[in-house]
Amino acid sequence: MAQISVEQKAVPKRKRDNGFLRFFKQWDIQLMVLPALALIFVFSYIPMYGILMAFQDFNIFKGMGGSPFVGMKHFQMFFESPEFMNVMRNTIVISLLKFAIGFPAPILLALMLNEVRHMFFKRLVQTVSYLPHFLSWVIVSGFVVSLLSTDNGSVNILMEKMNLIKEPINFLSLPEYFWGILVTTGVWKEIGFSSIVYLAAVAGVDPHMYEAADMDGASKFRQIFTITLPSIMPVVIIFMILAIGNLLTAGFEDILLLAKNPVLRGVSDVIDTYVYRIGIENSRFSYATAVGLFKAVISVMLLTIANVIARRSGNSLW
Amino acid sequence: MVRLGFGDRFMMIMIYIFLAFLAFVTFYPFWNALVVSFNSGADTSLGGVTFWPRDFTLENYEIVFQDKRLLNGFGISVARTIVGTITSILVTSVFAYGMTKRELMGRKYYMIMCIVTMYFGGGLIPSFMLIRGLGLMDSFWVFIIPGLVSVWNMIIFRTFFAGLPNGLEESAKIDGAGNWGIFFKIILPLSGPVIATLSLFTAISHWNEWFLPSIYINKEDLLPIQTILRQILNSNIMSEQMSNLDSASQAALSRMQSVTTKSLSMATMIVATVPIIMVYPFVQKHFVKGVLVGSLKE
Repeated sequence: MAQISVEQKAVPKRKRDNGFLRFFKQWDIQLMVLPALALIFVFSYIPMYGILMAFQDFNIFKGMGGSPFVGMKHFQMFFESPEFMNVMRNTIVISLLKFAIGFPAPILLALMLNEVRHMFFKRLVQTVSYLPHFLSWVIVSGFVVSLLSTDNGSVNILMEKMNLIKEPINFLSLPEYFWGILVTTGVWKEIGFSSIVYLAAVAGVDPHMYEAADMDGASKFRQIFTITLPSIMPVVIIFMILAIGNLLTAGFEDILLLAKNPVLRGVSDVIDTYVYRIGIENSRFSYATAVGLFKAVISVMLLTIANVIARRSGNSLW
Repeated sequence: MVRLGFGDRFMMIMIYIFLAFLAFVTFYPFWNALVVSFNSGADTSLGGVTFWPRDFTLENYEIVFQDKRLLNGFGISVARTIVGTITSILVTSVFAYGMTKRELMGRKYYMIMCIVTMYFGGGLIPSFMLIRGLGLMDSFWVFIIPGLVSVWNMIIFRTFFAGLPNGLEESAKIDGAGNWGIFFKIILPLSGPVIATLSLFTAISHWNEWFLPSIYINKEDLLPIQTILRQILNSNIMSEQMSNLDSASQAALSRMQSVTTKSLSMATMIVATVPIIMVYPFVQKHFVKGVLVGSLKE
């Protein structure tokens, strides 16, 4: 006993700052974070290690340790495959369409809602327009299929009544309509919910500015462009950066569910659905991983570039 | 109030018309699905059923509620939503509280480790191989364990906890309470709004998840309702759909000649949507705050 107490006294004060000791002394808070970090490690970082598969001829029976490395073979195969041009075109066109229409739409909605003076009407529009965000894509695609069906779908009935068409059109099996349907459905689902952030930003604009503009005789219409829009620009730019980072994410669940008809493959195949089809359905694991990695790398690059541009203008994500 | 000029009045009229149109277009698909689900299938196929049921019937729902497979799927969805939400909120909030501690060693590295996962991931195939390697295929736990920690929710929780007054913690510490005690006795009870918001979001994403079960689950009796619904919507031919039903509901179906694929699909869709509609008022009360807290971080 005596010896121990002597030893304890002998430890210089600075030594107590020793990393290990300090770590074990705060075991209670470490215990709060370490299990969660372990889960993150397993479910996020081990798959990152699994990316190595992209450079192997992965064989299920040999595992990752035993499968031979083949370098960039699968990437080259993807670039030279007949699907490459098609998949890239669809991915870029669909995501650009979604960006061009889906990005400004909620901003426009927020600006409009901001002008509404009847609180009941405003609340009603908000309540209804937020709702689709909370529905699964399965349900939403069910709505779309039902509305567009040739078997008394509401859209066909309406168009026939308006004498726009003579025969019902089978919209979901004609490639020329697919992009339009996809983008419209996406906007329909998310316009309300995405407008929330912009509405909050609009609400934060100093009311004195509007009063001053009223004094100067500026019309409401003018005020939207000279006061409201510039005021919410920082928020708009942040969301634009995020959207640019997602430019290669043209969609997944929506395309999988709406493009059930294989006829549509020429216009509906995007990188993510291609990875799914090749990887999970055809079990070409290495090839699909390579395609997925190609997309992930470009996405990170896009995000970085967008952020650099934004930083120059003074609105950075990081 | 300044009197509006002609141009502004025109603009206001256009805005009201457009918003009314938007509300109608958003609401109509729900309403039409509801109407078709309560209308006799044979009558629906004659056309013209839009705003109101013409031949009211409960047959479609009778079939749905007799289908053991659908009921089972509903049960699986309820179970995964409840278990998944409670465990995920618990693990994530404890994690977030630990991360608010300045003295936490390695905090900076832990945070970087979290943030990286928000921008880069292994992707579909490596994750699939991992789940398979862990033996989680065809197990209920595949719904729960991979989603236990949400980095996004952790950051929202952390922002909220950091905004709580420090004094409470200090005084509890003087009374001899440990960090875990402080968390459960003081921090959690003060976090009602953020817990409500994040629980609702987590619950909704559990309820709506259909894709991962479709690749991780082969056992019929483990499929959640959304995945089953997808299979039903996919099988456009009635006979195919009937073969998906169990024998009891098939017998019932043959008695009710008027039920069609469409009416049955709509009834199933409504059944899968009702829980969302039921929690929606609570969601709406909380989510605006939740979305804003989330975007604060950015």
